Amino acid sequence: MFGTYDRPDQRNMLDQTRQGVIGKPLDRPEGHLKVAGQATYAAEYQRPNCAEGVLVGATISQGRVTAIHRDKVMSMPGVLGVYAADAMLRRAAQGMAAEAPKQDVQIVDFPMQPVALVVAETFEQATAAAKALQIDYEETSDVPFSPKGQETEPGSEPIESGDLEATMAQMAHTIDVTYTTPGHASAAMEPHASIAEWDGDKLTLWGSFQMLRYNVKELADSLGVASRNVKIMSPYVGGGFGSKLGISHDAIAAAVAARDLGRPVRVVLTRQQVFEIIMRRSETEQRVRLGADEKGRLQALGHEAWVSNLPEESFAEPVVQATQFLYAGENRRLAVELARICRVTAGSVRAPGEAVGMQVLEAAMDELACEMQIDPVKLRKRNIPSTVPGDDTPYASRKLAEALDEGAKAFGWDKRAKKPCQRREGEWWIGMGMASAARVNMIMPAQARVTMRADGSVLVQSDQTDIGTGSYAILGQIAAEMLGQPIDRTTVELGDSSLPSGAGSGGSFGAASTGSAVFRACEAIRAVLAGRLKCRPDDLQLQDGKAWAEGIEPRDVTDLLDGDIAKIGRIKPGKTSNSHQQATYGAFFVEVAVNAFTGETRLRRMTGAFGIGRVLNEKTARSQCLGGMVWGIGSALTEELAFDERDGHLVNHDLAEYHVPVHRDIPPMEVIFVEERDPVASPIQAKGVGELGICGAAGAISNAIYNACGVRLRSFPMTPDKVLAELPDPFAK
Amino acid sequence: MKAFDYARAADLPDAVGSDAKLIAGGTNLLDLMKLEVETPDALLDINRIGLDLIEPEGDGLRVGALVTNSDCAADARVRKDWPLLSKAILAGASPQLRNKATTGGNLCQRTRCGYFMDNQSPCNKREPGTGCAAQGGFNRIHAILGTSDACIATYPGDMAVALSALDAQVVIAGRSDSRTVRVRDFHVLPGDAPQHENVLQPGEVITGVTLPAPVEGVQIYRKVRDRASYAFALMSVAAVIRMDQGRIAHAQLAFGSLAHKPWHDPRIEELLKGETPTPALFDKAADLLLEDAKGYGANDFKIPLARRTLAAVLAEATGV
Amino acid sequence: MAHTPAARIAVNGTYHDYNGDPRRSLLDFLRLELGMTGTKKGCDHGQCGACTVHVNGRRVNSCLSLAVMHDGDEITTIEGIGMPDKLSALQKAFVEHDGYQCGYCTPGQICSAAAMIEELKADWPSALTEGVASNPVPSDDELRERMSGNLCRCGAYDNIIAAIKDAMGKEVAS
Repeated sequence: MFGTYDRPDQRNMLDQTRQGVIGKPLDRPEGHLKVAGQATYAAEYQRPNCAEGVLVGATISQGRVTAIHRDKVMSMPGVLGVYAADAMLRRAAQGMAAEAPKQDVQIVDFPMQPVALVVAETFEQATAAAKALQIDYEETSDVPFSPKGQETEPGSEPIESGDLEATMAQMAHTIDVTYTTPGHASAAMEPHASIAEWDGDKLTLWGSFQMLRYNVKELADSLGVASRNVKIMSPYVGGGFGSKLGISHDAIAAAVAARDLGRPVRVVLTRQQVFEIIMRRSETEQRVRLGADEKGRLQALGHEAWVSNLPEESFAEPVVQATQFLYAGENRRLAVELARICRVTAGSVRAPGEAVGMQVLEAAMDELACEMQIDPVKLRKRNIPSTVPGDDTPYASRKLAEALDEGAKAFGWDKRAKKPCQRREGEWWIGMGMASAARVNMIMPAQARVTMRADGSVLVQSDQTDIGTGSYAILGQIAAEMLGQPIDRTTVELGDSSLPSGAGSGGSFGAASTGSAVFRACEAIRAVLAGRLKCRPDDLQLQDGKAWAEGIEPRDVTDLLDGDIAKIGRIKPGKTSNSHQQATYGAFFVEVAVNAFTGETRLRRMTGAFGIGRVLNEKTARSQCLGGMVWGIGSALTEELAFDERDGHLVNHDLAEYHVPVHRDIPPMEVIFVEERDPVASPIQAKGVGELGICGAAGAISNAIYNACGVRLRSFPMTPDKVLAELPDPFAK
Repeated sequence: MKAFDYARAADLPDAVGSDAKLIAGGTNLLDLMKLEVETPDALLDINRIGLDLIEPEGDGLRVGALVTNSDCAADARVRKDWPLLSKAILAGASPQLRNKATTGGNLCQRTRCGYFMDNQSPCNKREPGTGCAAQGGFNRIHAILGTSDACIATYPGDMAVALSALDAQVVIAGRSDSRTVRVRDFHVLPGDAPQHENVLQPGEVITGVTLPAPVEGVQIYRKVRDRASYAFALMSVAAVIRMDQGRIAHAQLAFGSLAHKPWHDPRIEELLKGETPTPALFDKAADLLLEDAKGYGANDFKIPLARRTLAAVLAEATGV
Repeated sequence: MAHTPAARIAVNGTYHDYNGDPRRSLLDFLRLELGMTGTKKGCDHGQCGACTVHVNGRRVNSCLSLAVMHDGDEITTIEGIGMPDKLSALQKAFVEHDGYQCGYCTPGQICSAAAMIEELKADWPSALTEGVASNPVPSDDELRERMSGNLCRCGAYDNIIAAIKDAMGKEVAS
């Protein structure tokens, strides 16, 4: 059985245990290192005699390399080598690929794609030489640069049931609108970086990755070596958001050069390269059709999206993922169409699918509520289905209604003006908006080793990464809770590929999956301890280093230990993954101010209420939600990849022109967790939390803009240029 | 970055007449050198030549070229008598950048045009004669006033917009003598030589900026931008407005990020003078400002934005 | 190449002589030359604030400055503000308020905040207010404006402000 999760674990073990650390808002155990700059990120390992490599990007958009003029560059000071090996990557790997992505850098698939690596003694020498490297190309123009007007193919199997068109024609209230969202960048603060060092045929790579179990295979396959000869160290990752799910160009380039030079090589992407060559979230065009009867019950639901990617990439932004289960509407058509274009690879960017799908669905729902003159919260609650429309799958735990109610109450939603342009403060129109949140939930195969040492202290080990998500904190809390040890007697080691394979950080599944593996390892240790105490495992009580059971006097747990007990816990998705529709839910409420003259929109406050199953650490879970909401603000108001449609190159390839929100963009924020346990989701009753905070947030903001000033934009981000075009006369009283 | 020789100037005479590229705060120059948009053979560090004081000059004030943006914005005299300058500086960049950026350097700040900053693209400013990729490209931040077929870039800064409104002077030391140029005349339009952004001649060094005697009135710097902070302007308005018995007695106005230079149009000031402020008057002012405005697609919105922002500033200043 | 004058740079109170490539940024001098990697490289173009250090007490982006230009300067980095076994009040507050997630922008946020607190004491104005000396713990919005030169992609902003406020409040109280 190997840990397959087939039946919901109804024991709620973590509510029976005694230590009392689970869920508590504990500080991150690695916090003292991070605030002192002593957490070591990929580029920061001090390897003796390390050479510096810089990638060279293609100056054409598509075609092939015909010549690389190495000689001039090789004579520049400090230059050690110019590499354009077959193994080097043309494209970054998609999440969970576990195999080499497109290689062979003689071919150019998109603008600025790496075609060579220049290595020198120093970073400055390598950078100058990389700029100086002359390359000849043969240019082609087979692939269009813009998705506009291009042929498309299905990006996924369409979901159709009933008769959408006929039902729309009969409905009392209908909305048929088309929205657009632009491309987004992950823009993690730490640029992708690798240090490669060979010892014979064994490679050690210090890198910045989210999912080591897959990354090892991607590295090995790309380099043509056995996976057992590849070791990745990634204990601290400066943000990922999807961009570090798969390996990227720096890793293979560093490994190729290090093997050739017989010395360590470090390759760090420039910030511009991170934008240009890693992953973009596809732009989308989305048509939403909503048809409701007189009572506001959805009978018709259409959500069709058009997205893009490079030729031969399988990823298509799963825009309608949450639409499938969120609301009623038996007559439906949900589809994603994919155009093949010449722009950097499209892939996972935080909450692929829902991040852009939910904000549009929720904006359209607001339009329907306005059309019907019904409270937007009521409209949503009226459309919470009993089973998944179309296929009758039952829901696992679902706290949508509770989140809507608790969020509305905390926010003061009842004070919202029913109509736009009702509240003006000086130059600013003030308005409120809301949206539901939803994100699919899943677990992935995961392993972790837990060791209870002879002195009772606990060691948790996995190749699970912590990309800021709080893995170090929560995995320690689960083990401490299960094994009855104070948190400071618990140590967590992560991000080393030689440790048991965790689920990795992606799809919000790291905590529930690897957390469950830790839980199960602890259960195995508890079974040993129970055997020694002569009680049933589920009757075993552990707290602060004491062990006891009904009728058995407390004794020091160390009395039961004659050495270390090390157990590996495993979990794999099983029947519970399909028996129920699993998701996390929530609600957003925002108040905005829109400048009546300039169209600038500023948030005044934001509340999110979320049901994420068991909260494993209230502090880090809250932080995840806050982070998602900040992304929602960026998506609503400022973030947009600007591609030049003449050649596909990214014009705003840096942090000055791609506008991630800054401190001043962020209003006071409130996060509410709705009490929930979801035994279908995982044996620890936890679900994911890393992405839910975005999923719908931008919709709440667009709805608030409408409520403030009556401007209903259908194009994200809602920058001043778009808002002001629709604004009423600022002087009108 | 291309290799260069580095030397330090000991005093102003070291710097005047030097063929080397002068570096002070370096916040813009090093940014562009890393991109190899700027590739000087030699850098002369002028941080140790003085010019870092703010001193009275007549009824006005002289701000040394090497006074940092932070020091200028925090200076008690500037805040009291020329608050517009302080406000404009504080609307720009970040505290970290303002701690490095200098008064002289900021006047010489180069454009943020994405094609200028990208060596792969044709750009008449970076490489005369290659063309202008911004026209027909992504030009949301580009100019609508005073453009040419050769270039539609903007001067992106904030400080100089306030200086233009205040009618400050740039003091320039040359090989033989010194001269002063009004800030309003310091930057030039692109014409057919957009590589020239100002009137500095080779070897000349900005030694400071002189602020004229304080002007009475409300001083407003209004910057419209995508983010609430730390973003370049979509446009900005610098205004000094004095009211007298319900009428506009005096107006000084300049506009940022609409052109290759801080935009100043004396006709607008004349138009406003003596008038009772009304939305209709503000519209007339905008008509003058935008008489020859031309959008290039993505930046078309700057035309209504400029109209509305000017109205907002005049309304605030006059209490309409 | 002409002779490049050497630079004697004090980093957290220790003097270092730099005679190397004039292209080396202050940031790369710290990270590559001294192995002090607490100061982070996020963009290398003054657009993110991760590389913030203090030069003679003032916060600057160390990426947009050449090492050779810092002869005689006193640099304070995150390592000089506090190491794990002896954290400053501000650093402790960041831990307590979860004023970070991935941790990569964190040293820059903390260096920036430490300097900002001094700027507030010196009554420096901001885009939001012309003077704040009278208010020892300014508004959230004031702090947000003054911290806007430090990006955090994890979105820990709200917690960062809470941490700074807490540290400032404790300083005022003591």
